[in-house]
Amino acid sequence: MAANPMTQFEVYRIGPEIKVGAFDISFTNASLFMVVSSLAILIIFNLGSKKNSLLPNKLQLLAELSYTFISKMIGDTAGTKARPYFAFIFSLFMFVLFCNMFGMIPYTFTVTSHIIVTFMLAVFIFVGVTIIGFVKHGFGYLKLFVPSGVPAVLLPLIVIIEIISYLSRPVSLSVRLFANMMAGHTMMKVFGGFVISLGVVGGWLPLSFSVALTGLEILVAFLQAYVFAILTCIYLNDALNLHH
Amino acid sequence: MIKKKFFQIVFFNFLFIEKVFAGESGGMPQLNPEFWASQIFWLTITFGILYVVLSKLILPKISANLESRKSQISDNIEAADRQRNESEEKLKEYEDIILKSKAEAKNIFNEAREKALKDINSKNEILDKQINEEIKKAEDEINELKKGAPVKINKIAIEMSSEIIKKLIGADVNNSSISAIVDDLFKKDGEKYYGN
Repeated sequence: MAANPMTQFEVYRIGPEIKVGAFDISFTNASLFMVVSSLAILIIFNLGSKKNSLLPNKLQLLAELSYTFISKMIGDTAGTKARPYFAFIFSLFMFVLFCNMFGMIPYTFTVTSHIIVTFMLAVFIFVGVTIIGFVKHGFGYLKLFVPSGVPAVLLPLIVIIEIISYLSRPVSLSVRLFANMMAGHTMMKVFGGFVISLGVVGGWLPLSFSVALTGLEILVAFLQAYVFAILTCIYLNDALNLHH
Repeated sequence: MIKKKFFQIVFFNFLFIEKVFAGESGGMPQLNPEFWASQIFWLTITFGILYVVLSKLILPKISANLESRKSQISDNIEAADRQRNESEEKLKEYEDIILKSKAEAKNIFNEAREKALKDINSKNEILDKQINEEIKKAEDEINELKKGAPVKINKIAIEMSSEIIKKLIGADVNNSSISAIVDDLFKKDGEKYYGN
C-alpha cells in the first residue's frame, strides 16, 4: 500500500464538501498548499519590503534580489514593452517556485504535480498572450505564422507547422512542469520504498540515491519554475515584438 | 524537441485513455477529474489574490525601496564628486598662492640684493674717491716736502760746514763759496740721496 508511488498525488477533501451547481469546489489538500504557498510568498515579500534601510537585512535583500532577478529576466527576453506584465510574471514565478519547493518537504502535497493546475496556468498564459498579440497588432499578429525568408514552395508547410507549434504551447508548457514534478516525486517515492523493502542491510544504496535525488529535485523545482516563467516571457515577447 | 513531442503524445494518450487509467486502482490521481473543478477554483482564488496583493501593494514598495536606495547612492556619489572638485579647486588656489608668494619673495630678495649692492657700490665709490683724494693730498705733501728738502739740507749743510770750518781752523769762510761747493756736490750725487 505505502509502496504505491502514486498515492502521494491523491487529492482528498479537507473539511466539508462544497458544491456550486454541478461543481465540487471543496477545500482539499491541493487547495491547502496553494494557500500555504501564496501566504508564504506574501509574508516573505511583505516583510522584505516593509522597512527601507540603506543596508538591507536578509529578508529585504531576498525580496530585492528576487525583484531584480525577475526584472532582468523579463528585460532580457521581452524587452521594455513587457514592463506592465512584470507583476504577473513575478507572481507566476514565485507561485510555481513556492509550490515546487513546498512539495519537497516530506508529507506535503505538490500542487504543480497536477496537470490540471499547470494546464490552467498555461492556458491562461496562452489565451492572454494571444489576446495581447491581437490587441497590439490586429490581424498583423497572424504574420507570426509566416516566417520571412522562406521559399514560397515551403511556405504552406511552414505555416501549418508554425500554427501547430503555436497551439501546442499550452500543452508543452503545462506538461513540462507537471511531468517533471511528477516524475521526480515518483522516483523519490520508489527509492524510498526500496529503502524500506531492502532494510538495514541493503537499504543504504537507495537511501544515498534518495539523498542525491532530493538535491536534484530541489534544483529541478527551481529550474522548472524558471523555465515556466522564461517561456511565458518568450511567448509574451512574440506577442509584443512581432519579429518573424 | 523530441522530448517535447514525446510528452505531447503521452499527454494526448492520457487524455484519450483516461477512463482506462481511472478505472484502475493504481492509476494516476492527476487524471481523476473528481477534484478538477476544486483545483481550478482554488488556483484562481489563491493566484488571483497573490497577483493582486503583489502587484498593488508589495511590488511597488520594493520598487520604491530600490529606487530610493539608487537615488540615495547616486546623490551621495554626486555630493562626493562635488566635494572632491571643490577640494581640488581649493588645492589649486593654494598652490597658486604659494607660487605667487614664492615669486614675491624672490622679487623682494632680488630687490633687496640689488639695493644692497648699489649701496655698497656707491659707498665704495665714495670711499675710493676719499681715499684717492687723501692719497693725492699725501702725495702732494710728499712732493712738496721733497721739493723743499734739498734746499733745506743744502742750507743745513752750508751752516754745518761753516761752523765746522770755524771750529777747525778758527776762520770765517765765505758762505757763498761753501754753498757753491755744496751745490756742486748736490748736483753730482743728489740723485743718489733723494731718489727723484
